[in-house]
Amino acid sequence: METLDFRFASKPVSRVADPALCGVVGSGNLEILIKTGSEPAACRVSIKTSARGFGDTWQAVLGSFAAGHAAGGTEIAINDMGATPAVVTLRLAQALAEYQGGAQ
Amino acid sequence: MSLNDILDALFPAGHTVAVANQVITGEATTAQGTVAVLGTTDAAAIDHAMALALSGFVLDTVERHPGRPLVFLVDTSGQALSRSQELLCLNGSLAHLASCVDFARRQGHPSLSLVTANAVSGGFLSFGLMADQAYALADAQVRVMDLRAMSRVTKIAHERLVELAGTSPIFAPGAGSYVRMGGIAAIWPVPSADLLDDALSAARKAVSAGDQRQGTGLSRGGRLLASDIATTVQNATAGA
Amino acid sequence: MIPSLASRHSWFEATARARLAGLLDPGSFAEILPPAESQPSPHLAMLDLPGAFDDGVVVCYGQLEKKPIFAIAQEGQFMGGAVGEIHGAKIVGLLRRAVQEKPAAVLFLIDSGGVRLHEANAGLIAISEIMRAVLDARAAGVPVIALVGGSCGAFGGMGIVAKLCSAIIISEEGRLALSGPEVIETVAGVEEFDAKDRALVWRVTGGKHRYLMGDCAELVEDDIPAFRTGVAKLLAGWQEAAPGLAQLRASQQVLENRLAAYATYRDGLQVWAALGIARPDSVPLLDRDSLVALKEGLPT
Repeated sequence: METLDFRFASKPVSRVADPALCGVVGSGNLEILIKTGSEPAACRVSIKTSARGFGDTWQAVLGSFAAGHAAGGTEIAINDMGATPAVVTLRLAQALAEYQGGAQ
Repeated sequence: MSLNDILDALFPAGHTVAVANQVITGEATTAQGTVAVLGTTDAAAIDHAMALALSGFVLDTVERHPGRPLVFLVDTSGQALSRSQELLCLNGSLAHLASCVDFARRQGHPSLSLVTANAVSGGFLSFGLMADQAYALADAQVRVMDLRAMSRVTKIAHERLVELAGTSPIFAPGAGSYVRMGGIAAIWPVPSADLLDDALSAARKAVSAGDQRQGTGLSRGGRLLASDIATTVQNATAGA
Repeated sequence: MIPSLASRHSWFEATARARLAGLLDPGSFAEILPPAESQPSPHLAMLDLPGAFDDGVVVCYGQLEKKPIFAIAQEGQFMGGAVGEIHGAKIVGLLRRAVQEKPAAVLFLIDSGGVRLHEANAGLIAISEIMRAVLDARAAGVPVIALVGGSCGAFGGMGIVAKLCSAIIISEEGRLALSGPEVIETVAGVEEFDAKDRALVWRVTGGKHRYLMGDCAELVEDDIPAFRTGVAKLLAGWQEAAPGLAQLRASQQVLENRLAAYATYRDGLQVWAALGIARPDSVPLLDRDSLVALKEGLPT
């Protein structure tokens, strides 16, 4: 297992509901928990992943998410069992939408 | 140690116990009066017939001898592993046995179990762990799975499991782990009438106290999370 | 896409949270100890494995057709739904709470292979505690209904727990047994049980077989609304009987008779023929409604 921590600048999130959870910690999948953070213009991410040595990939995928979405003011915790970048991107968007009260 | 040696040591004042199909049933005299003695021997792999023999004997005891304590002798290698046993829902017969032990408790029968040699998984769940208090002899093997098999299934290196097992009772096989986790009340160096007498007194108190194993596991430093989490869930106000 | 498939919400495929969302009245789900307030298992972390915030089980309040209920939902996709220390303690806590608050029912969405080997001792003791807590809830008059239809079925200690519940609702895809076919094959050989023979596995452990033998009260489609309807139907007018000698004696007799009659059988086909089904080989092909009609027409 590897633990990774990142901080990205991101536009402040527009609307906030309750903490949101997306996904399941199963093979090739991950769970993402979004809750309110302390910095309005930054998104902090902490990851525990079963796949070692993918720090650069995580940085790229998460950086692209933080740039493309208004995710500032959030804290994101991820438990991962080897999800692909495509699955990570999809779950991040789902989790953010749910966090903003737009579930389903 | 043979079953007869164990019985003689536990019940010097006398016992009438029959063994059929690895199932023990009978009665014995103790300082606190007559007790029902039942269980399994020779590392029995519990099947339907054994489970139903035990459950039938529990029901007979409840019907004919109200309040008589139940002393379970546990020696089981787990459940019978066969297709014909599963076809007839082996988990159902084991659940029925557990229900009967639980019913006896509700009718005021104190119960205790003593692991004499082996206590593994399903066999242990269905009656040994259903008693008010479980005990184990010092050389008894208590486990879900040995570390080699656990290593194969979990794909974690055997050496790593051995290393961690030295410090953590969470998965390490052995009666001592179960004592620290609160699943076994105490280990007996040898079978003894005095220890049994004390255990019967403790079981009489436990019968009305409810399941105390989480608290015991916490106070013994083996199971640090379960008690608090169960209490939190019990008392938490509604979530989001 | 075929319309009937498009509108179907498979229980088997769904996550624990999706099952609860479809099972309970809309908006009534209220989780106790939600992910944002909990920590993954430290025992898994010690073995260098990622945990899940809810440790693979959701415990909650909710309503079903406006009746207050509690629910427990195991997540089969996380560690095979297996019971570890935190997972087990959440279930025990909710069942004990049911004794105090007496909801109309506890719904137990089982999807589990049993004990989590990484926390084997904690898991085994926790299952023992769950067993006693289920019986305590029932003795307090609260029905505990098991719902089985997930990818991990109900095996090991959780198979025993399922059979301690007031009733089991199962789908054809659901499986209920003690030892998994893979375990039996590994220990006793492929001739004893070929775990890769899916049809055989279902004839021995599957929902239709368990329903035909009376081990499960209801058979439903692999569909979340069908489970909801099944629960509502079962709970309507349900009276949780106090544990009693007569009822246990009756169960004992049923189990003894069954063992005497079928002990040598090794395949569901043999049992179904003995139950009076004229064409047992047709059973695997029957849809749910036809199978229920077939069972209701059998001699008792």
